[in-house]
Amino acid sequence: MKKISGSDAIMQVLLNEGVQTIFGYPGGAIMPIYDALYDYSDKLNHILARHEQGAIHAAQGYSRVSGKVGVCFATSGPGATNLITGLADAQIDSTPLVCITGQVPSHLLGTDAFQESDVIGISMPVTKWNHQITNADEIPEIMSKAFYIAASGRPGPVLIDITKDAQFAKMKFTYKKCEKIRSYHPYPILNKDSIKKASDLINNSKKPLILVGQGVLLSNAEKELIQFSEKSGIPMASTLLGLSAISCNHKNYVGYLGMHGNYGPNIKTNEADLLIAIGMRFDDRVTGDTSRYGINAKIIHIEIDPSEINKIIKADVAVNADAKQALINLLPFINKNEYKNWINEFKKCDEIEFNKIIKKELNHKSKKIKMTEVIHLISEMTNGKSIIVTDVGQHQMIASRYYKFTKPKSNITSGGLGTMGFALPASMGAKLGQPKREVIAIIGDGGIQMTIQELATISQYNIGVKIIILNNNFLGMVRQWQELFFENRYSFTEMKNPDFPKIAEGYGIKNNKVENKSKLKKCIKELLDYKNAYLLEIVVEKEENVFPMVASGDSVSNIRLE
Amino acid sequence: MKKKGIYQFKSSKKESKEYTLSVLTENKAGLLNHLTIIFNRRKINIDSLNVSTTEIKGVSRFTIVVQANKEKIIKILNQINKLIDVLGAFLYEEGETYYQEIALYKLSTKIFLKGDNVEKIVRKNGAKILIIEEDHTIIQKTGTKLETQKLYNELEKFGSILEFVRSGRVAVSKSKRKTKNFIKELEKIKSNKLNIK
Repeated sequence: MKKISGSDAIMQVLLNEGVQTIFGYPGGAIMPIYDALYDYSDKLNHILARHEQGAIHAAQGYSRVSGKVGVCFATSGPGATNLITGLADAQIDSTPLVCITGQVPSHLLGTDAFQESDVIGISMPVTKWNHQITNADEIPEIMSKAFYIAASGRPGPVLIDITKDAQFAKMKFTYKKCEKIRSYHPYPILNKDSIKKASDLINNSKKPLILVGQGVLLSNAEKELIQFSEKSGIPMASTLLGLSAISCNHKNYVGYLGMHGNYGPNIKTNEADLLIAIGMRFDDRVTGDTSRYGINAKIIHIEIDPSEINKIIKADVAVNADAKQALINLLPFINKNEYKNWINEFKKCDEIEFNKIIKKELNHKSKKIKMTEVIHLISEMTNGKSIIVTDVGQHQMIASRYYKFTKPKSNITSGGLGTMGFALPASMGAKLGQPKREVIAIIGDGGIQMTIQELATISQYNIGVKIIILNNNFLGMVRQWQELFFENRYSFTEMKNPDFPKIAEGYGIKNNKVENKSKLKKCIKELLDYKNAYLLEIVVEKEENVFPMVASGDSVSNIRLE
Repeated sequence: MKKKGIYQFKSSKKESKEYTLSVLTENKAGLLNHLTIIFNRRKINIDSLNVSTTEIKGVSRFTIVVQANKEKIIKILNQINKLIDVLGAFLYEEGETYYQEIALYKLSTKIFLKGDNVEKIVRKNGAKILIIEEDHTIIQKTGTKLETQKLYNELEKFGSILEFVRSGRVAVSKSKRKTKNFIKELEKIKSNKLNIK
């Protein structure tokens, strides 16, 4: 058998795993891998980001829209440490990634060699699994484990650190996909008893509410969820990461949960007699004060990760299973039912929210543009069919509230970690993952400047993302909290910003800027109609607040409308 | 508690108690770091830690003793079980294990020559004399921390303990589970891929 180098073996692994796109950045310790990649450029599409953080967020965006494992390359030392934010983000938001980092030659490990850092030690708390390869013979087995672990069960990021000598060394390559690890059991055996108990609670409830989490999207259970909701008649509310799992137009969809979610699903959480949580983890941004959460409700928790069950909210019935598997098994036991009055109560809440907030936001007399009307317009003009990639802050919450998603895997945002700078690189990954779909990045003036260098990547590879900067010259969400909870003391939240269109111009990206409300629609239309990347700066009202709001640590019942 | 199960906690008692965790793992570098990160992140100090390879090739056992309340320790147990290279973690309260620690006491040999008091103490405590050298003698005692401490206190009265070391705890459970069978069963469980009918 002909021997190949460790680096060639890596390429072979990627092809065997069906990888098409890699996001990365070269450097000394990963040069043999990049050298091997040179011969595979017809089969593997490598996107050169402008910063490793950009590369990993792009890999996340790619994975989130396509359901595939995102792949990322970086060199040792600073290249690898620049991945950490993305790893932490992917870990908390359950995004499958395989990141390959170069490492100094094995004889230099632990010597403070040039660009050496303890990547395995540093990345341990923010990866699902990590491993250092110092011997080329290990490559096939470890890499196949990496892909299996990243994608199976509750997905997550895996980091493989490969010393430079192992990249050079010759080895005999044979590949077998990993199918089993004795210490790792990603798919719990479904307990039929728990299904029976859950169905009993469901069939006997008066005011049940389904809480839809990202687990539904990750297990591709959108169809099963609709069947379950339609048969049982139970209304559905979504977490931030669960958004787009069900169409916002579905008759049983009652809105978005959490701190800046809709009025109805938040206050009704404490009126419901049964909460059916599917693939969600009761994040504090959803629950508010847990001692005053679901106070009248029994809890059914359908969750693949056993460590999430009883972690925050004690489950009366725990169904430790994949969401799709659980829903398929649950469906035959569910009685056909309707909850017209109960769903009408949500509709009444929607009217209150509309009259107190939405109407004012969308029909104001000011010439200035409000963030809400931008999102509302985009939602209408795209029929809710686009992929919306958001950064972190006010614009993110407004996009989540006002964009009416109609297609799955369309809401790409940094939920758990709340990583500013996520959206721009994630949007380019999203566009490469779903080239036929419209990808719109909505970013604040703060967040865009954290990873603005990726405009160069977008330009170099002609990645046709539509970039909208909602510019209020403030770190808006922090400013809102300063206004509400820190007596208007605007400590370091005001920003003097660059001329964004000029920056786009410099990167060779088509651009425009709009300040006047009367020109807004025309400008958005121009952006949407353009075939390639486009950056539109929209100057919005300086001191807008996002409402409703559940103050941090307060009960969901005390959601504020103003 | 099985690796795949959900640990149901009946009460959410907040009072702190001593727990022994017995963790079977693949013999992989870095796992100790992984485990301590879980405790450290939750501000829990490890009272005693013992790591050793087991009778099964490639399998290691960590025995960890901590003070925590039940709610917290169960969440920690779940996090440990979630680690990819952990085969299974088991949680024991006081009384659910047999456990021992080993202590070594280095004394000046001279004090044995001043009458038989020290020797009586050693015998009374069930300790044994391991080595006698011209200038020092090593006493070995196995037992609980209380027992090894008691011997220490008694010897300390003679003012001549040159060195004292105590090991981490090793514990075996009172359950009937056989480690080898546990691993065999783990290998048989079909939870490696999703089977949707």
